[in-house]
Amino acid sequence: MSDRAQKRPFRWHIVVFLAPAVLIYTAIMIIPLFGTLNLSLFARAEDGTRVFVGLQNFRTLFGDDRWSDAFWNATGNNLWFFVIHMLVQNPIGIALAAILSTPKLRFAAFYRTAIFIPAILSFVIVGFVWKLILSPLWGVAPTFMDALGLGDWFAPWLGLERSALTTLALISVWQFVGIPMMLMYAALLSIPDEVLEAAEMDGITGASQFWKIKLPLLLPTIGIISILTFVGNFNAFDLIYVTQGALAGPNFTTDILGSYLFRTFFGFQLQLGDPNMGATVATVMFAIILVGVSIYLFGVQTRLRRYQF
Amino acid sequence: MTSARANMGRSAAAHAILIAYTVLALYPVFLILINSVKGRRAIFNDPLSLPTAETFDPIGFQTVLEQGNFLLYFQNSLIVTVASLFFVLLFGAMAAFALAEYRFRGNLLMALYLALGIMIPIRLGTVAILEIMVAAGLVNTLTSLVLVYTAQGLPLAVFILSEFMRQVSDDLKNAARIDGLSEYRIFFTIALPLVRPAMATVAVFTMIPIWNDLWFPLILAPGEATKTLTLGSQIFLGQYVTDWNAVLAALSLAIFPVVVLYLIFSRQLIRGITKGAVK
Repeated sequence: MSDRAQKRPFRWHIVVFLAPAVLIYTAIMIIPLFGTLNLSLFARAEDGTRVFVGLQNFRTLFGDDRWSDAFWNATGNNLWFFVIHMLVQNPIGIALAAILSTPKLRFAAFYRTAIFIPAILSFVIVGFVWKLILSPLWGVAPTFMDALGLGDWFAPWLGLERSALTTLALISVWQFVGIPMMLMYAALLSIPDEVLEAAEMDGITGASQFWKIKLPLLLPTIGIISILTFVGNFNAFDLIYVTQGALAGPNFTTDILGSYLFRTFFGFQLQLGDPNMGATVATVMFAIILVGVSIYLFGVQTRLRRYQF
Repeated sequence: MTSARANMGRSAAAHAILIAYTVLALYPVFLILINSVKGRRAIFNDPLSLPTAETFDPIGFQTVLEQGNFLLYFQNSLIVTVASLFFVLLFGAMAAFALAEYRFRGNLLMALYLALGIMIPIRLGTVAILEIMVAAGLVNTLTSLVLVYTAQGLPLAVFILSEFMRQVSDDLKNAARIDGLSEYRIFFTIALPLVRPAMATVAVFTMIPIWNDLWFPLILAPGEATKTLTLGSQIFLGQYVTDWNAVLAALSLAIFPVVVLYLIFSRQLIRGITKGAVK
């Protein structure tokens, strides 16, 4: 086949089919991505020209207190943001999917559609909706907590340094729980009936069937969900910007890498934007995501046994 | 039969949990919608009750429609989303067809190259993207957004569509070749119509992040004439933060089109996810 292909005249139609996608993708995505990595090696001189400074920007970012404190703060916060998603969003999503896939469950389509709705709303809507609900001014949240007998526990969580980041992470969990749920639900449906029937013959049913038969089969899906969560979280920005502004208040306690990148690159209030330092932050984010994706691709995915039915 | 009773109990528990979670997912949205048509006093005194004839007051919507340029923002969002979607689907399907249909040197490499963008977010290239757009004079134009979103949507579109392009029957295409149809005709008249269901799925996946994006409108097109609905409502909400009627009405207006669109396409979306995961 390949021998024959080489003897044929040059097949221009392949080029025509591929060209638009490859050109746009290369020009708008790949070149800027590497352009950004490249920009991180330069700095702006006094006279406005660009000079090559090697790894100086990274030294500044990691070593200079004015930069590094904020950077490590944002990285730490981002990690906590991710941990909450992994500990709350994904288990809830999996549990909901497991319940949804109960055979002959009525209204399953309705529940599925309804629980997914927050995931299609924009961060602007979600951020503001929760800002209003948690606002002590409006009093919806305190009223609810009073009704549950927890009235004394209410606090303006979004405004407190202690709780703001966790609250935001939980809002994001509320929004996106539908995604792991859908992916798991799809994976659960794809488990063949024969496997489950065989388990039933051996007397494994109900919860123990879930833990012993289904969950091991779902590990590849859990891997995909984890890496999607990771990339999404380390690239998040909108929710923080909408609810807390570019300054990621109170006192930078909700600053994550996305909002830090925005401030560095674009500037805010008294600080001028710096494209080169912005590119440096973006490069570090790129490295973090690359490490995460590599761990997944080479460390996790290859070890998971894939079951073919 | 204890097992039948246990089943009943289990199914009741399942419904209880699912109903509880559905309420948690929908109630915040519902709360915004019902309060958006109430007067200011009712919003604060009795936020949880439905609007009645006494408390009904559309003042919020009036403010939004008078003060904000929402019709323009909506139009901008629509143009950007539809145009990006068109290019993602057309160029994505073309590339997917080439990768799935022809054997040529570098085929796998090209597929991997295009798949790179699924995992690496385009946002990380923002600094250089802005420089390119400034150099090309495209800042504050909808074109810049369409270009960025097309690039952003292509990797996943190519990846999903090439799976489906492979399933198009070879006999059909070979019969067409014997009849003398060109490769372009085969693509447009045979392959494209046959992968239409997959295209619909890709369309939904591509559309939602574009419509909801705040990052690129904020950086590439923050001008009044090019604001998208997401950016426009963000700024409006920031300015009118103390006018609760206006804020609630603006939120309702922003929620409405997405939810309607979702309810129309939800079956397609769910079928798409299910199919993708089975593969």
